Formats: sequence, structure tokens, C-alpha cells
Amino acid sequence: MSEGKLAGRHLVEPRDFSVGEMEILFALAERIIANPGDWKDACRSKVLATLFFEPSTRTRLSFEAAMLRLGGACLGFAEPGSSSAAKGESLADTIRTVACYSDAIVMRNPKEGAALLASRFSDVPVINAGDGGHHHPTQTLTDLLTIRSLKGSYSGLTVGFCGDLKFGRTVHSLAKGLARYPGNKLVFISPKELQVPEYITHNVLAKEGIEYREAERLERVIGDLDVLYMTRVQKERFFNEEDYVRLKDSYILDTAKMKLAKKDMIVLHPLPRVNEIHMEVDSDPRAAYFRQAKMGMYVRMALLASLMGAA
Amino acid sequence: MLNIAKIKNGIVIDHIKAGQGMRVFNWLGLDKAPYTVAFVVNAGSKHMGRKDIIKIDNEIAIDLTILGLIDPNITVNVIQDERITEKIRLRLPERVEGVLVCKNPRCVTATEKYVPHIFHLTDETNGIYSCEYCDEPRNTEDFR
Repeated sequence: MSEGKLAGRHLVEPRDFSVGEMEILFALAERIIANPGDWKDACRSKVLATLFFEPSTRTRLSFEAAMLRLGGACLGFAEPGSSSAAKGESLADTIRTVACYSDAIVMRNPKEGAALLASRFSDVPVINAGDGGHHHPTQTLTDLLTIRSLKGSYSGLTVGFCGDLKFGRTVHSLAKGLARYPGNKLVFISPKELQVPEYITHNVLAKEGIEYREAERLERVIGDLDVLYMTRVQKERFFNEEDYVRLKDSYILDTAKMKLAKKDMIVLHPLPRVNEIHMEVDSDPRAAYFRQAKMGMYVRMALLASLMGAA
Repeated sequence: MLNIAKIKNGIVIDHIKAGQGMRVFNWLGLDKAPYTVAFVVNAGSKHMGRKDIIKIDNEIAIDLTILGLIDPNITVNVIQDERITEKIRLRLPERVEGVLVCKNPRCVTATEKYVPHIFHLTDETNGIYSCEYCDEPRNTEDFR
């Protein structure tokens, strides 16, 4: 399979790319990491449109940094107030118009399924940078590349997900992503109000024979994990104050809990972090969340170069 | 025992779950039909106990997809020269468009009104469909 096969394609959800295509993409990302200067003109004279109908600092900057490092240019808007949607234009018309000006479109939209709809009206590749609580495929690419780079593989790992697993789209996407590789075991650590939805456990994991278990306290399972994926637990998600008070500390990662973990476990977080990872953990060599953010830029470089036919 | 005359060329919609016949009848617009239609409710059935039957004395085109969604256990018999020439057993359709409506307020179909609502069958046993755009599940009971 050649990289050219990704040229012109859309990325709406993580499974739009086969395992083989992901492999090619990650190999390219690793080549870029090794020699970033070799790629500084790969997308020279190409234009990336970044349409953010919902505010996002990290994802937008990551895409724009990726495009600029490939020698290309960016245009777009960072909030819906400055878009034509504010005047009542349909998403279809916005996309058809922007596709005339650009070589690829990155879009974040609060509506679930917006990226799929956009892909149907676009002549250029559409990359989903988050559609409501639905998909966020480039975060999954980031997470998988980070795991592969730091653990050497994304197979045969015990991966723990901690925090809000009900509403966390990054968790759902990564769990589905890991389910494609053999021998992974997943551990879901959350209060019962925020457990991972059944459509993930029943429709994806059980169907594909992936071993998983659910736990309520991080400290009881952290010692089994090769990767710990942290997310934030918000107080307003709890049904009652009593449960929140009882469980809140269990979902905050600190040095005491890190002492119970394996020496080579890595800690990931999609960021922004609020208080779920104590700042004292940042200096622990196992804390990989800022390296993960950098991986995100590199994997987006690989993605943009591939989809624009510049790889 | 009620006897209804044989039809010459037409369709018999059989094995309709008792009580569902009126929905099928209305959906097919048979109340305005210019041809003979027999609508039997609560007919005896060896397998179903009670069932509804609709006999249409005309060859009409029926959207079997929607009929399958109303009741996947229905049998459609095509009659030609008073004989059954084709027996079609319905099942839940794999894909339906413009029939089920996505109720998820966060779905793109909620604001982009020109987008057709498309659903895919994800669980045949329980009659569960998922929205093509947001994956929100809908039960066929919602349609019935």
C-alpha cells in the first residue's frame, strides 16, 4: 500500500483508515520526527482552511503549527461568530465555498455528524477536529502514536482509562482504536455515574473479544497498568454531592498513587488538564502528556502531507 | 367463519401482528383505494394466535422496506390468476432513509434541515437502528 492512497481522503472517524493505513501514517510521522527539516517545504503553496465553529485553542494551534511547519498557509475562523454560519448559511454551502479556496479543510463543529455531512459536500479532504461529543480522530492518532513511540507497540498492553468515561469522546475513540490491535486489555476506572457507555463495551469490545474490566478506584488497579489515560471528572456530572465527596480524590493522580504504578507506566491526558493530575506529577519521567501534545503536531503533519498528496 | 372472495390479481399482506393492520392499511392509503380491499382483523392463526390480513385486488407497488419496519414478520403474497406466484417474507431493512427521525438535539440533522435522516440496522434482534450522522440509537417501536 502506498502513501498516495491517503491522498484526497477524508478523516471523519478513526476507523476511516485501515490498520495498514494507520501504520503508514505513523511511520511517516516518525520520519518527520527524525528529520523535521526535510519536510519544511512539503506543502509549499498549499492552503489549509481551519473552520472552528466551537472554540478550541489546542487542536487549532496544533493543526496550524503542523501546516506552517510543512511550508503551507492557513486561513479560517476560530469562533462561529465570525463565520457565515452566524448569518444563517447552511453548513453545506460554507463547505462548498471554502473547498474552492483551500486544499484541505479542518473543522470543529458542536453538532454530531457535522464532519460526515461536510465530507459529502467537499471536493477537498475534510478532517474532523471534533464533532460535539462524537468523534475526534486526530486525538486518537495522537494517542496511538504516543503509545507506539513510548511503549514500542500498541499491542499486548494493559491500558487504564480514568475519570469521566461516559462523556469523554477521546476515551471512546482510543478504546475503539486499541480494540483493533491484539492482546490489549482495557481497565475503565470511573464512578458508576460516568462509566463507559454500553455501546463501547458491548458493541465494540465484547464483539471483538477484547478483555476489559471496570473499577471504581484508581489506587486499586494502577499497579496493573502499562498506560494510564487520565480525563477530568467534573462535579456537575455527579447525581449527588455525597458520591462526589467520596470518590473525587480517587480520580486525582498524585505522587502517592504514582508510587503504586509500574516503573515504566506512562501517563497520558488529552489536555487541558485542570486538577486531575497534580502538578507534582509533571516532573515524573512517566508523565508523558506534554510529549503527547508534541506528537499530536507531528501526526497532524503526517496526516496533512498524506491527504494533500505531499508525502 | 368469515369468508372473503379470492382475488384474481393482487397482493395479500398476511401475518400482520394483530392490532397493527390499521397502521399498514393507513400507510398504504387504502382508505382511498378505487379497487377492492379486504381488511381482516383478529383472524385465527396457528402460529400467531390472532393476526390481521389485508387483501388488495390490484397489483400495486409496495415499499417493502417500510412494511418491514412496521412489522418484520409480515408475509407478502403476490397473486396472479388467483394463484400465489411469489411469497415474500419481510425482514428489517439494513438502511432506511426519511422514515425514522433522529431525536438527538445535538445531531447535525437537527439544524441542517435539508439533510435526510438515514438510519442503519445495528441490532436485528432488538430492532435497533443507529443514525448515520450521530450514531444515536432508535428502536423500531419508535416508528410503530
